[in-house]
Amino acid sequence: MSTTETEGRIYDVAGQDWDELVKTVSESADERLVVNMGPQHPSTHGVLRLVLTLDGETVTEARTVIGYLHTGIEKNMEYRTWTQGVTFVTRMDYLAPIFNETAYCMGVEKLLGITDRIPDRAQAIRVLTMELTRISSHLVAIATFGLELGATTPMLFGFREREMVLDLMEYITGLRMNMAYVRPGGVSVDLPAGAVDKIGEFLKVMPGRIKEMRKLLDANPVYTRRTKDVAYLDLTGCMALGITGPMLRAAGLPWDLRKSQPYCGYETYEFDVPTQNTCDVYGRYLVRMAEMEESLKIIEQALDRLSGPLKGGPVMIEDKKIGWPSQLALGPDGLGNSPDHIAHIMGSSMEALIHHFKLVTEGFRVPAGQAYASVESPRGELGAHVVSDGGTRPYRVHFRDPSFTNLQAVPATCEGGMVADVISAVASIDPVMGGVDR
Amino acid sequence: MSTENLPGLPEEPIARKGMFGVKDTGDTSGYNRLVVRRPPKLVSGRPYGSYFDEVADALEPAFADAIERVVVDRGEVTFHVRRERLPEVMKHLRDDPALRFELSLGVSGVHYPEETGAELRAVYHLCSITHNRRVRVEVSCPDADPHIPSTVQVYPTHDWHERETYDFFGIVFDGHPALTRIEMPDDWEGHPQRKDYPLGGIPVEYRGAEVPAPDRRRSYS
Repeated sequence: MSTTETEGRIYDVAGQDWDELVKTVSESADERLVVNMGPQHPSTHGVLRLVLTLDGETVTEARTVIGYLHTGIEKNMEYRTWTQGVTFVTRMDYLAPIFNETAYCMGVEKLLGITDRIPDRAQAIRVLTMELTRISSHLVAIATFGLELGATTPMLFGFREREMVLDLMEYITGLRMNMAYVRPGGVSVDLPAGAVDKIGEFLKVMPGRIKEMRKLLDANPVYTRRTKDVAYLDLTGCMALGITGPMLRAAGLPWDLRKSQPYCGYETYEFDVPTQNTCDVYGRYLVRMAEMEESLKIIEQALDRLSGPLKGGPVMIEDKKIGWPSQLALGPDGLGNSPDHIAHIMGSSMEALIHHFKLVTEGFRVPAGQAYASVESPRGELGAHVVSDGGTRPYRVHFRDPSFTNLQAVPATCEGGMVADVISAVASIDPVMGGVDR
Repeated sequence: MSTENLPGLPEEPIARKGMFGVKDTGDTSGYNRLVVRRPPKLVSGRPYGSYFDEVADALEPAFADAIERVVVDRGEVTFHVRRERLPEVMKHLRDDPALRFELSLGVSGVHYPEETGAELRAVYHLCSITHNRRVRVEVSCPDADPHIPSTVQVYPTHDWHERETYDFFGIVFDGHPALTRIEMPDDWEGHPQRKDYPLGGIPVEYRGAEVPAPDRRRSYS
């Protein structure tokens, strides 16, 4: 049986004359039209495929097809050491790499039973880098969102501001993305000299930039018409579908793990959990904007601590059986082994050399058991289910990625609406396919 | 030699002997007499500590026969539930005013090939927003009969999560509305996250030497 017989008439849109296509479609008596949006469509945020059944311009059925970016990260990790796992998880949700790393490392630390022994300075640096990443991630969410609705200025503004954050991340970690910066036991390297000043400058510039963005969008009639009362999902729907993050907070529930189940010392920072009760795309936008402003507050407090009481403290656990042996140093070609450390192990201490060798080749052993650690990522609860069999490699690592779960809301938010609103609905979910498919 | 005054020797089955995974050739590592036993199967008794006792009190009267064992480890509680009773237990966990685990964080699978009769596990993490608590529910099924009742009716969010666990582990969730593969292509053979499924990869030549594929490399555990 041919596809035409089973599926109905197929219209191909591979580079022919559009006028001809429109003519043939309008001549057809078929009311029901199945449209394939993606997996290569500019507004599907990566390789997401939506199969939309349309009745005129109304979406009657929206099905989501994922898996185009599945890279087997979870499987691959089972063949590397616990520390190497960080390099893999950072590539999952590539817009918020620090969150993946922190969730994973918190899981490993829970298994090791060292959660309380992580140095305060390392925790403050984690908070600092996480909040910076939250800003950059929300900026991309808002920037691409603007672009998808036809506004190029928010896109330019968003990416320009994000670049500032990425520059900071590059300065701190050596890499703009996929930094593998957070490690079990702490962070890989201390803040470089001048980082505090650079972040301080960023803190001066950024509030104005957020205001600029708000001026552009908050009361923009075109924007509000495309976002207000679009893709409605109330609290009941969110709970049933397991939705967390800005979508849940736009439904009125102030559920933020940083407040409700604090980790990394978030209980000691002052910030608010912004909420909206409109349950729509506009509410989610407002929540994201307000969250960036709250993040700036947290960054400021973390910076005060890092340059004040926590100055000069260790950034890796003291336990020599777990803590990564080398301190990295920033050289002309990026981060590399610290020359001091090399001199130490090669020239003066045989024990240090053995330790270094054992930790780097074998890795440390993690007592058998399972643990679940979760952080509030820009998209919601990011959980890491980490299982050990007592060996030097993870037995199983599963990531509960918020993008994966939140994408299940596509049918609930899109069906019955207009096809044009599918774009803003998907954009307000802010899925990152690297995290969805892993 | 009398062993009466010595602590009991571990009874757990042997996980491995020697080191570095040497099997086919003579072991020259110096570790050939090393015997590593599997970690013991944990069972916790009362009191569990923290809020775990309250959760167990609210759960156990109705489901004493459904809960195989309770494990409290690293500040987390795990209820091992018989698979036949899973949907009831989940519904109770969600609806009982003393429990109210409204939010499920999905399903994660684990494959323990050496645990005969309970090789495949589905692990559910539940969160109560009302009480700000978390529990873990674990269900096992044998490789020969990989069936677990679906809980999509209780937690609709499990739709994709169960599909993912089916895709990666081959656990069939009975009663799922459309249990199809989600990450792998529809016509894929095998379930990649199972331990008997190879990672794949090819050896890579680097400066004249050959680096084996990741799953062929020396293992220390």
